[in-house]
Amino acid sequence: MQGSGIEVLFLGRNFLRLLEGLWVTLRISLIAVLLSVPLGILFGMFMTIKNPITKAISRVYLECIRIMPQLVLLFIAYFGVTRAFGWNLSADISAVIVFTLWGTAEMGDLVRGALISIPKHQYDSAYALGMNKIQTFGYVVVPQTMRRLIPLTINLTTRMIKTTSLVVLIGITEVLKVGKQIIDANRFDYPTAALWVYGAIFLLYFLACWPISMLAKRLEKQWR
Amino acid sequence: MEDKVQLEVTGLVKKFGDDTILDGIDLCVHKGEVVVVLGPSGCGKSTLLRCMNGLETANEGTILLDGEEISSDGKKITQLRQKIGMVFQSYDLFPHKNIIDNITLAPVKVQKRTKKEAEEQAEKLLARVGLSEKKKAFPRELSGGQKQRVAIVRALCMNPEVMLFDEVTAALDPEMVREVLDVMLELAEQGMTMVIVTHEMQFARAIADRIVFLDNGKIVEETTPDEFFTNPKTQRAKDFLHTFAYEKRRT
Amino acid sequence: MGFCFDIMQSSLPLINLNFEFMQKYLPLYVDAAILTVRIAFFGIILSLIVGVICSVIQYYKVPVLRRIVSVYIEISRNTPLLVQLFFLYFGLPKIGVVWSAEVCAIIGLAFLGGSYMSESIRSGLESVEKSQIESAASLGMSKSLTMREVIFPQALAVSVPGVCANVIFLIKETSVVSGIALADLMYVTKDLIGLYYETDESLIMLVIFYLIILLPISIVASIIERRMRYAGFGN
Repeated sequence: MQGSGIEVLFLGRNFLRLLEGLWVTLRISLIAVLLSVPLGILFGMFMTIKNPITKAISRVYLECIRIMPQLVLLFIAYFGVTRAFGWNLSADISAVIVFTLWGTAEMGDLVRGALISIPKHQYDSAYALGMNKIQTFGYVVVPQTMRRLIPLTINLTTRMIKTTSLVVLIGITEVLKVGKQIIDANRFDYPTAALWVYGAIFLLYFLACWPISMLAKRLEKQWR
Repeated sequence: MEDKVQLEVTGLVKKFGDDTILDGIDLCVHKGEVVVVLGPSGCGKSTLLRCMNGLETANEGTILLDGEEISSDGKKITQLRQKIGMVFQSYDLFPHKNIIDNITLAPVKVQKRTKKEAEEQAEKLLARVGLSEKKKAFPRELSGGQKQRVAIVRALCMNPEVMLFDEVTAALDPEMVREVLDVMLELAEQGMTMVIVTHEMQFARAIADRIVFLDNGKIVEETTPDEFFTNPKTQRAKDFLHTFAYEKRRT
Repeated sequence: MGFCFDIMQSSLPLINLNFEFMQKYLPLYVDAAILTVRIAFFGIILSLIVGVICSVIQYYKVPVLRRIVSVYIEISRNTPLLVQLFFLYFGLPKIGVVWSAEVCAIIGLAFLGGSYMSESIRSGLESVEKSQIESAASLGMSKSLTMREVIFPQALAVSVPGVCANVIFLIKETSVVSGIALADLMYVTKDLIGLYYETDESLIMLVIFYLIILLPISIVASIIERRMRYAGFGN
């Protein structure tokens, strides 16, 4: 077989298989984001409570999650927890758990940042107008935090997608693994398959993340 | 004041997009002369000053300093700028350097003078404006008036032939205005050539050899301070002075 | 969170841990940690260089080059490091570009980190007021002198917290180099788990070693950040 070898991508179901592989990680990130956003909002509000105990708890949680590479967390969940509890966590479930825990921490920090960015006089003037706490929160604070939060949340999604690429390292058959299978199967017919397959995966990730990043950037500019 | 022309502006036109900010300015500044430029806000006073220092490029016309043309391109402008000191409304001391380093940075790095010699001059100048004890302080530790006096010293330490002042008291608290204006008065008495943009009318009258009144990018009136303040010729100058009179009645 | 449970539940009586095992394989972890630090060190130095160059190009809006830089930044920020590494390590040799795994890791890290550093440094440069530059110009200072003496020192104060955060981020990112068969901490851990099933011990060593690397740096970073914030120059 001569030629550049790019044909390998379009051989049989190869390209479709790559897309299916990508969907495996995208699905994990999507589930994790959908879980992290509400949990993160709650966690962010929890962090703003002025109480030393809740502050300490949230701080410890945040720091523990943040200091460790996500891959380490993934290992702990997949290898460690399985043994510790005798649960047989599948790799998918451990991934969803870890990325949700991580996403909640990150989202919570974003929410906290947005909440404390509202100047005190905004609360004061709302109270001065006779609003109660709930009204102030609903009519004054939430609308202002939303504008800051939405672009950041969208950005968190791209970070999540990029981070979920790690799951191949705990044995989930996702796009990199599928890519390797394709390369191995075509080793003799298409010796340059690795270049095209990994190049294609590179491009696929870019195409998955870039539009989302652009959207976030546009909203950020628009709402500044 | 001598007869020698130091700064000569001819037919200066400056546009920002479709807006004509300066519309054919002709102005001569003689050596040792103090020219105060007055006018309502947006009349182009600051732009005129910025053109004189090459911070803005004129669309038409020329500005000559000692017969050399000022344009904002390349090496020549950095040469010429050493002869023209400029002080801004927002002081713009370098926040990461202490006072003495703020003053000596350009003399040492641009004029290649020795650190020792530059510092000696800086200390003399600081003493003159009454800030000797602040030489090791950082800008954030100074009041607005002090910062502005340092900014003047910083420009003076380059030994300029002309000084430009762009609304240097506009950002100051009222009680600090005086200390800055006193420094400028003293400079004028020593024969420095100065072009000043200000809103302090009494100060303008006290310091100016000549008042230039600008409106809509044109010089409307050019006369002595006494003449301008007691007997303005144009209606626009009268209106302008009237706004200040009104304020005065209220306070 | 996961590891908290882990320690509490199964290993609460820490005596249960197989210390002999841990001692035996300690050197393996030390070597792995050294590899991690080495990759991170060179990767971060390179990414700082790339970041400074890119940010200056963007700051001065250098024609053509700024387009290239912004394309690079978008590509680098929107793809995972692991995928970048796979492409460098397995893909590029097919067109004759063969690098060792460690070189790939360093280049990959610099490719990723360069864009992050560039964004942090650029935001610092852009935070310097235009009037500062004008006042330097009015003192006769040239463009390059202004950059060195006026813009850069002030930009640094704004950039440093972001740069520190990037440093920590990049060290953490090195954990993926096990994907291209480099014997880093993750690789060693996975190996030991696979070979001997001493899961708790391996994982605890993994966490401890990452803490040894990351904790001091993140403490220093937060001290620097605090100092920068309070000593902020302000006018």
